[in-house]
Amino acid sequence: MVQDLGYLKESPSQTAGPYVHIGCTPNFAGITGVYEADLGATMVNDRALGERITVRGRVIDGAGVPLKDALVEIWQADAAGFYNSPSELRGTADPNFTGWGRCPTGADDGIFTFETIKPGRAPYKDGRKMAPHITVWIVARGINIGLHTRMYFADEAEANAEDPLLARIEHRQRVATLVAPREGSVYTFDIHLQGEKETVFLDI
Amino acid sequence: MSDLSNNKPETGAFFQRDRAWHAPALTPGYKTSVLRSPQKALLSLDGTMSEITGPVFGHSLLGELDNDLIHNFAKPGESAIGERIIVHGRVLDERGHPVSGALLEFWQANAGGRYRHKKESYLAALDPNFGGCGRTITGEDGTYRFRTIRPGAYPWPNGVNDWRPAHIHFSIFGHGFAQRLITQMYFEGDPMIWKCPIVTTIPDRSAIEQLIAPLDWANTIPMDARAYKFDIVLRGRRSTLFENRMEGN
Repeated sequence: MVQDLGYLKESPSQTAGPYVHIGCTPNFAGITGVYEADLGATMVNDRALGERITVRGRVIDGAGVPLKDALVEIWQADAAGFYNSPSELRGTADPNFTGWGRCPTGADDGIFTFETIKPGRAPYKDGRKMAPHITVWIVARGINIGLHTRMYFADEAEANAEDPLLARIEHRQRVATLVAPREGSVYTFDIHLQGEKETVFLDI
Repeated sequence: MSDLSNNKPETGAFFQRDRAWHAPALTPGYKTSVLRSPQKALLSLDGTMSEITGPVFGHSLLGELDNDLIHNFAKPGESAIGERIIVHGRVLDERGHPVSGALLEFWQANAGGRYRHKKESYLAALDPNFGGCGRTITGEDGTYRFRTIRPGAYPWPNGVNDWRPAHIHFSIFGHGFAQRLITQMYFEGDPMIWKCPIVTTIPDRSAIEQLIAPLDWANTIPMDARAYKFDIVLRGRRSTLFENRMEGN
């Protein structure tokens, strides 16, 4: 016999279900008067530093159909590469940028949209810089445990080429699933749950 | 967003997630998972700044009735119909440490098993005084509590005759984005738990039992509300005392 490590087990995940909007975006679900605004609907105010961008995309199932009942959350560094989090000890993040956003996919078109800023580069644990990226988390009916992935920027080819996470992707043709093309100030990031174009999801 | 904790923020990476403890992505008994489950292997990587950090929400976010689902949608002087209950517990991490300042959001059907949602088609009646959403933030000791009515069971289109056991959905933010979790709480003694195709996506019986809240007689308020206790465990994180210090870090 040895001593018991005494660790607990993480609570098992369960699907967010079809009614996730009631709990996470009640105003979007038509339940008004309980919360003033849906959490995560606004990430920036007028004084936020950095380049304003729009991130837009869909979550697409194995039959090629966009999910109309998914919820997408993003988390990212500010323009200088700092996170608006107590665990950010390298410096102080821009107080005018939350870094976190939440958006349901549209009930008609399945599109999610975030008005945000382009993030700066944050260090990997060995000191190398990661390419600018946005962390993405997807939940929906039929998804048993939230899916983590990342969006990188197509106009950051040089930084992407030296990114430690992208470098870990064995099948190089799959790197493109994480790189969003740019048109004007809009980046398009379609997330494919299955199939030939399946997005690289992370166990992180 | 602000941190109300007096504890020094932690910066260690999170314990590897025990994927065998959770449901796999593909669970054909829960039909919607078939076309929504990734089929390729996940890319595994130790947490970086992007996952070690995460949004934290201050108590100033909360309205007075946010943790009272009996009243937060009800007309003045009225209340939601159903069995009055209190749900309370602690948010801990895998080390057993309390997680302070954790935002919990919860949603549920009304006492008849009907959700207030445009996609809901069950014939049970809406309760005009019940919205079905609430939220709270854990204290320094990781504790939380809210007041609600016990939700009803309801049928759903999966198999011909599938019903969900009474449950409350929880969304939880810890201190790092890698801890992000959505799960469901079930009620002690409900025989429908073991018949549910969503519950049984979880392969391990003891993992399912971790989601079943016992009746907490000691905390039941006489002549008012019964209590159920539901503890939630988020991923633990490594100590940074002995982390590698690479050059340039």
